[in-house]
Amino acid sequence: MRFVRIILWRLLAGVGVLWAAASITFVAMNVTGGDTAIAILGGPEALPTAEIVAQVRAEYGLDQPLPVQYARYIGRLATGDLGESYRLRVPVAGAIAEQAGATVRLALAAGALALLIAVVVASLTAGRETPARAAVSGAELVLTAMPTFVLGLLLLFLLSFQLRLLPVAGEGGAALVLPVGTLALPLAATMAQVLRQELDAILEQPFILAARTRGLGEAAVRYGHALRHALVPLVTLFGHMFGFLLGGAIITETLFARQGIGRLMADATAATDIPMVVGITLLVAASYVIVNLVVDLLTAAIDPRGATA
Amino acid sequence: MTIAFPAPRAPLVEVDRLSVAFGDAAPVLSEVSFTVAPGECLALVGESGSGKSVTARSLIGLAGQGARTAAGRLAFAGDDLLGYRERDWGALRRRRIGFVLQDALGSLDPLRTVGAEIEEPLRAAGGLTRAERRERAIELLRAVHVPEPELRARQHPRQLSGGLRQRALIAAAIANDPALLIADEPTTALDAAVQAQILALLRDLRSRDGALIVVSHDLAVVAQLADRIAVMRHGRIVEQGSAAAILGDPRHDYTRALVEAAAAIHGARPRVAAAPTAVVPLTPAAPLLAAEGVSKTYPGADRRPCTVVSEVSLALHAGETIGLVGASGSGKTTLTRMLLGLEVPDAGVVRWSGDDWRDLPARERRTRRRDVQVIFQDPLASFDPRYTVRRVLDEPLALRGVARGERHDRAAALLGLVRLDAGLLSRRPIELSGGQRQRVAIARALALEPRALICDEPVSALDVSVQAEVLALLDDLKARLGLACLFISHDLGVVRRVSDRIAVMHEGRLVEDGPADRLFAAPAHPYTRALLAAIPSLDPMRSAHA
Repeated sequence: MRFVRIILWRLLAGVGVLWAAASITFVAMNVTGGDTAIAILGGPEALPTAEIVAQVRAEYGLDQPLPVQYARYIGRLATGDLGESYRLRVPVAGAIAEQAGATVRLALAAGALALLIAVVVASLTAGRETPARAAVSGAELVLTAMPTFVLGLLLLFLLSFQLRLLPVAGEGGAALVLPVGTLALPLAATMAQVLRQELDAILEQPFILAARTRGLGEAAVRYGHALRHALVPLVTLFGHMFGFLLGGAIITETLFARQGIGRLMADATAATDIPMVVGITLLVAASYVIVNLVVDLLTAAIDPRGATA
Repeated sequence: MTIAFPAPRAPLVEVDRLSVAFGDAAPVLSEVSFTVAPGECLALVGESGSGKSVTARSLIGLAGQGARTAAGRLAFAGDDLLGYRERDWGALRRRRIGFVLQDALGSLDPLRTVGAEIEEPLRAAGGLTRAERRERAIELLRAVHVPEPELRARQHPRQLSGGLRQRALIAAAIANDPALLIADEPTTALDAAVQAQILALLRDLRSRDGALIVVSHDLAVVAQLADRIAVMRHGRIVEQGSAAAILGDPRHDYTRALVEAAAAIHGARPRVAAAPTAVVPLTPAAPLLAAEGVSKTYPGADRRPCTVVSEVSLALHAGETIGLVGASGSGKTTLTRMLLGLEVPDAGVVRWSGDDWRDLPARERRTRRRDVQVIFQDPLASFDPRYTVRRVLDEPLALRGVARGERHDRAAALLGLVRLDAGLLSRRPIELSGGQRQRVAIARALALEPRALICDEPVSALDVSVQAEVLALLDDLKARLGLACLFISHDLGVVRRVSDRIAVMHEGRLVEDGPADRLFAAPAHPYTRALLAAIPSLDPMRSAHA
């Protein structure tokens, strides 16, 4: 019952988020986007005649007053029609669907790897004053502070050019290692820092001492009791860091010459391909809504105390 | 059990010259020696920081991170514990020694069901199927007298009262039938009535043949349980002997002080014959603070409204002290918040000096707030940790418009009033003892020259001997300054010491309100009678019959 309420509430809010994202994009492209008709015709270099420009304007409804254009725009989006890419001359939905798989694989692999590293590293070093902890903390600090493209270039240089362990680019499994690592490491470092801080505090709680008085071993105390308490803030953080994953995907895909949404977005922005930009923006907003819905459900499942929609 | 001859039984616990130190600091325990025979109950008594908890935890290898333990002998049932490795300690804790921690509210994992917590030691010990464990957990809850054990096992700690949680903790501790049960301050966080029940439960468990070590700061608590008492101070045992000898004929000065302090608080007729009773005005002036038929309802769990305070009327007149007594959850705090104007009653009126608080303009309310000051249970939490004592006192003085140049002298004078040295002005709250902090809190309250003090459990976080000092100080200040006082406590013994009138709250209602002496002599309401019966006594004989 509580879960149903959370889902309904979040989905309703999600519709609002999508509408807002679409509207902001609409305003942005009418303020800064230059002449849409010329962009459709391939940019100013294409030297279109005034006649053709006027024709395109009429065809795309660009001669209508803004409120009418806005209503049509929202109406089209509401029916699920994302339009056609100006640049690629194919339906936006199809082009995104074609590229989405690669990015989803990259993001999921990076997210899972980051989570794994964070949990292992933090649960082994929390509540202990050891040299390992100091070393790991230092590494985390460096990774958190390092920009994604610097880390990517560094890994590329070390592992591909110097040691020749991994391919520089490509689409196979081995080629996935570097991009995933580039994306995952900073995320893992941030999450490990937060998780360790949480675990440090939780390991001081009386119920942890109580578990020890019952003769539980260190592993049972850490993984059986403490970790579950630390997961709530970790999952919430993961929801926030999802944006980092997407932003990182654009850089990573460009850097490693990979196919994917990030690449598509970069190219579309450069070419003022408005329908494509709008489509990807909405996709990102929608995935944000879904990820945060999952975060809320997970939080409610882990900690049944608070969390009401 | 099959021993035919009364052979001298080997001690179950042997501790000989146990010393514990953390890092390079001075040892927290030095040369502590005692034994516990099978079936015997030993009490370790002392103030916080005396080393009693460390002593108890050393027996299960949990003295703390970085603890360095040394001893002539440390043994349980003949096994030398000094050579134990981590896995040996684990086995000892799982099967042979049960440990009940002090904090009943925090010692159960809030994300697990109560049943899961009790099953945990069973699972760790092995040998039972899942279904058998579940059944055993319910059996254990029943053994510690938890009503509706099947339901309780499925619930989370937050759904249980403090008393039930403490019972569940005890159930987890005795799950594998340990030969020794150690209870560290088992009743400190509990109300008087619940405390009596837990003590009865421990007594009951003991009589079944287990040995028991009870750790407490409260002599009155252990008087009802212990065969022998060891009094600890500064990491040493200063005196040990039979309970009767320690309570009846204390030899060491410190033991004597403890016995006297406990007697002063829990004893027969302790109230200092002070003047305040005479200060009660004969003319029916408007009371300083009055609640007239106030009620407060909160939306509770599952959206069922929960009435916390129900039609309570209470008036505090100038110079008078009212003791407000009730279990936690009885509505004391909510009533107080309404009296202070921090909470708006759903029904009824709160009056300050006769005026309906809600009719007063905001500016007037702020001025009048200064007339009533509050002293909280935990003074440390009510201080800004970065403030020095000087700044803590400076703030209210500035509020009252005392010139900057005069404030230092006034602050020093205030400290003198609460019998603290002016040298403490440059200290921070964390550097003060509990008793000193509470005195600073009182000084801060007095800085505004209030007409009334509201003391919310002002001494329950303090050790017994310090409690007595702070209570005497409050008593003295009330008489000297003619302050009215609303004294809130769950401890009838403490309330009795300071109050002219006592009001008893039970489940949101005011069930009894009258002169302190009459209430003690002839309690009218059944709940009051139950509270009076639950006051622990120093006399082991009387308690045994209670």
